[in-house]
Amino acid sequence: MASGPAPEPAVGVETDSGAQTAMGAALATERAALKETGGITDGAVAVGVTPSTPRRPAGGSPADVRPERVRSTDPDVFGAPTGREEEWRFTPLDRLRVLLDGAPSDAHLSVDSELPEGVELVEVPSDSLDVPAPVDRLSALALQRAGSALVVRVPKALEVEAPVVLRLTGTGLDQVVWGHVVVDVAEQARATVVLEHSGSAHYAANVSVLVGDGAALQLVQVQGWADDAVHGAHVASRLGRDARLVSTAVTLGGDLVRLNETVEFTGTGGEVELRGVSFADGGQHLEARLLVDHSVPDCRSNVLYKSALHGDEAHTVWVGDVLIRAAATGTDTYELNRNLLLSPEARADSVPNLEIETGEIAGAGHASATGRFDDEQLFYLQSRGIPAEVARRMVVRGFFADVVEDLGVRELEERLMATIEAELEGAFA
Amino acid sequence: MADSTQRAAGATLEIRGLTVAVDDKEILTGVDLTIRAGETHAIMGPNGSGKSTLAYAIAGHPKYTVTGGTVTLDGEDVLAMAVDERARAGVFLAMQYPVEVPGVSVSNFLRSAATAIRGEAPKLRLWVKEQKEAMGRLKMDPAFAERNVNEGFSGGEKKRHEILQLELLQPKIAVLDETDSGLDVDALRVVSEGVNRVRESGRTGVLLITHYTRILNYIRPDFVHVFVGGRIVDEGGAELADELEANGYTKYDGAGVPAGGRELPRGPVAPGAVTTA
Ligand SMILES: Nc1ncnc2c1ncn2[C@@H]1O[C@H](COP(=O)(O)OP(=O)(O)OP(=O)(O)O)[C@@H](O)[C@H]1O
Ligand SMILES: [Mg+2]
Repeated sequence: MASGPAPEPAVGVETDSGAQTAMGAALATERAALKETGGITDGAVAVGVTPSTPRRPAGGSPADVRPERVRSTDPDVFGAPTGREEEWRFTPLDRLRVLLDGAPSDAHLSVDSELPEGVELVEVPSDSLDVPAPVDRLSALALQRAGSALVVRVPKALEVEAPVVLRLTGTGLDQVVWGHVVVDVAEQARATVVLEHSGSAHYAANVSVLVGDGAALQLVQVQGWADDAVHGAHVASRLGRDARLVSTAVTLGGDLVRLNETVEFTGTGGEVELRGVSFADGGQHLEARLLVDHSVPDCRSNVLYKSALHGDEAHTVWVGDVLIRAAATGTDTYELNRNLLLSPEARADSVPNLEIETGEIAGAGHASATGRFDDEQLFYLQSRGIPAEVARRMVVRGFFADVVEDLGVRELEERLMATIEAELEGAFA
Repeated sequence: MADSTQRAAGATLEIRGLTVAVDDKEILTGVDLTIRAGETHAIMGPNGSGKSTLAYAIAGHPKYTVTGGTVTLDGEDVLAMAVDERARAGVFLAMQYPVEVPGVSVSNFLRSAATAIRGEAPKLRLWVKEQKEAMGRLKMDPAFAERNVNEGFSGGEKKRHEILQLELLQPKIAVLDETDSGLDVDALRVVSEGVNRVRESGRTGVLLITHYTRILNYIRPDFVHVFVGGRIVDEGGAELADELEANGYTKYDGAGVPAGGRELPRGPVAPGAVTTA
């Protein structure tokens, strides 16, 4: 399956500003902060901030800025990654190999759920589902090998206050676990869904997120894995007309976690907020690759991803692709990635990328900032008697606060903040 | 001025021959100053003369390198202390440009500071009341407690927030760096009253850096020091402030150190003003 119309001559836009409408308050604050610190780098060093696509030379011949995005359910369409491909170049493939080898397995994560009244949890064959197609070999393998899917269904027009919770726990590394979770929120429905991963596993999965016309979903995915877990997933969201999705990925544990998040719109008026928080410590590789595909008019997307890194070989990768196709007039999009390096050995790669095929948009912009602790903030807190390590914890906590304290599930917010604080305590011990 | 009982009970900050450099440029060229609990000292001087540098050096900002001299609080070596230790020892700096700390609420910040300074966390219920009353005295909207520290505060709101901290933390020595700048008439009065409440205890020595006599009408200084070229070049009582406001600093021209070179001092010279780098 191809990606729809081949991109017209596209322009790689590198900018940290753009005409804006309707930005989240958090984002507005972030942008102000970025302005004050001079845009691309704040604090000190920018690490690995390079555009993913060569800018088209002025007057040069029109050419695709990146290879066409292939989507298929057939793993062999993609070929085995070598590490030279754009989408694999940051990933330590040796550590992902166990998943890419594709050994069949019927191992499962153990599932525990909290289902508010009216919400269904069923298992169905994957091939009976109409879900967005895989984007790479790993997600195609996972779809094929999983065979069936765990479906959370929020029926039409049902509004549930209490969160739907799915706890997926890995029980060991002997076998790869192939998984498929579908979150299906039917038209006009409204729900909060929390997907929590923990334990030890080699887990490859697809998460298909379907938000019907006029529906609203607050989705939180927590990667709270044990240190030895390897997790690769394609989180594919499809929004109907006037649908709203707030999706937050919180990644704290695991040896390697690689999330490929895609968003597509099938009707006008859709709105997505993609948020992420990750804390990488020694040896962890946490990667998030996003593609927001604006193919219909008048949709909005806001991306806010934040990482803190500490320790030797701590590595985060954020690649944020936003594509505004020719038909997607009236699009309003903004993406921001901020990384806080807590120790010199950590490495954050950040690659925002906007491709715009129409001039008739409401706004498009992106920014990326990687910095160290703000010495002035630390000085201010310490000058009030607050010990250095407490001050550092307060600053990191504050760095994450706008994302974590806006999940809509109070108990989860508090628990995640406590987990982050525990990580920090470990980091600064 | 402090009477002898207060003096016995109160703290003394002694600055001797203090020289300070920023990025290898010498800014303070030999400062001598003694501040006792209950006393109020005003420092006035032209832009760029090093007043904020003195304030930051006392507080221990890492950007400022002390190249010579001493600072002691009741005989303890302040310069040997980390920034937070200085604060816990009783030194407080109300900054000219208070810093925004995203994601940290004012109430969390204040309680963390009070916990650090007092050595134990204040009881939550009592603390909420204490904070609320202190904010009320400074005519601050209670909503500020839930806002992020200094984020989006107006200039005047930031200054009020500094004085709120002063009142809650009750330091031994308070350095107020242009707390009056940017305040409207009413705010100036409210903020001055806050400072005066702290002074009335007699346990706090105040170093007030200002460009204007306006604030000195509310907070009468015991001493006025003229700061030029990185050091104190003249001293007097409150009346000196009026003279400075009328005549400016031209009479001290050349008393300091011009950019790019060092001169031997002319005019009134404070002891320790001439140092070698
Ligand atoms: N990084 C630096 N490199 C060189 N000079 C510096 C640096 N930082 C500060 N200075 C200089 O130090 C001098 C003293 O600055 P300071 O802020 O202490 O002055 P001030 O007396 O507080 O002035 P104002 O009344 O304007 O607040 C100024 O000339 C300033 O430009
Ligand atoms: Mg100053």
